[in-house]
Amino acid sequence: MKTVFVTVGTTSFDDLIDTVTSDESVKALIQRGFTGVNLQVGRGSVVPDPESCPGLKLQVFRFKDSIAEDMRHSDLVISHAGAGSCLEALGANKPLLVVVNDKLMDNHQLELARQLQADSHLIYCTCSTLPQTLREMDLTTLRPFAPGEPQNFAKFLDKAVGLV
Amino acid sequence: MALFVVLSGVILTALLLVTGFILRLFVVLRNGPEYKPGQKGSVSVLVVAGSGGHTTEIIRLLGSLSHSYNPRHYVIADTDKMSEEKIRTFEAEREKSDSTSQFTLQRIPRSREVRQSWSSSVLSSLNALFSSVPLVFRLRPDVVLCNGPGTCVPLCAAGLLLGILGLKRVLIVYVESICRVETLSLSGKMLYYISDYFFVQWAQLKDKYPNAIYMGRLV
Repeated sequence: MKTVFVTVGTTSFDDLIDTVTSDESVKALIQRGFTGVNLQVGRGSVVPDPESCPGLKLQVFRFKDSIAEDMRHSDLVISHAGAGSCLEALGANKPLLVVVNDKLMDNHQLELARQLQADSHLIYCTCSTLPQTLREMDLTTLRPFAPGEPQNFAKFLDKAVGLV
Repeated sequence: MALFVVLSGVILTALLLVTGFILRLFVVLRNGPEYKPGQKGSVSVLVVAGSGGHTTEIIRLLGSLSHSYNPRHYVIADTDKMSEEKIRTFEAEREKSDSTSQFTLQRIPRSREVRQSWSSSVLSSLNALFSSVPLVFRLRPDVVLCNGPGTCVPLCAAGLLLGILGLKRVLIVYVESICRVETLSLSGKMLYYISDYFFVQWAQLKDKYPNAIYMGRLV
């Protein structure tokens, strides 16, 4: 079973849930060989019916203590642009499609998505371009994302506070 | 005449207080590098967890810190659902490798919700400040560690206030979120001036803010 995992993190992103379950997106996903969709809808008010995407096995939930398992069992992650979700997907080494919410007051999220796309770690789009991106994106161009180095931070801080 | 004497006395006292406050502020802001709380063996940390992505990032940072950073006091916004679980999972792991490991969870009102207007943001920020000061004064941490959620501004301000009043020097360590590539967050813009150690994770920001510390991606 080839599954796509959609996650909105702690927020709500109804536009994304609406768009990813639209006829156009469902068609594109089936064309890519996907058979299942796993939706994490967060605080959103759009909660699609499990029968609403003919051709795809649909699962929906709001929150879980950990979405690591959902990430691991997926073949593609579609995420909101939150740093936590993006890093988790990249850390799990999953192809990542980020959908930027252009309705947010301070849309700094675009900065990270843009930079990580420039570095070929993910592909980003907005809700309006999502179906087209699902049809046309080339996931083979993506490069693995090297983990950050918190030990450098620890080393610096040890010295700064006088532990070493 | 008597009124004039009293009045000028009051004004003079106020001026002296303000001057003293500002002088202390400069002293506190400059002596950070000399203050080494770790020399007593352990460092207590106030960790501002904030929300979703911020919490994930700060837990990655904490994961790299040694057992000497103990105890850890986590501050979470009271509307947050996911952070507490992430913290408890992390701390449960931590306890397995170190039985002396200690942590507490503290809740304060959130400064600003995503999509909240700026005017009501001001009111809720004030509300957050009123609950931050007693919290920080009670815990008296050696270090405040934060990475950008709105709640960290009042908490850092409270930490700074402890230092200005001479009650306790609190080191402010700020790590700008990895999602900030070109511009600092609002919290970052404010805390750049009062942080003792201010980290950024992209070279573009180091160019714009030369006092920041850049060591590549940390999370």
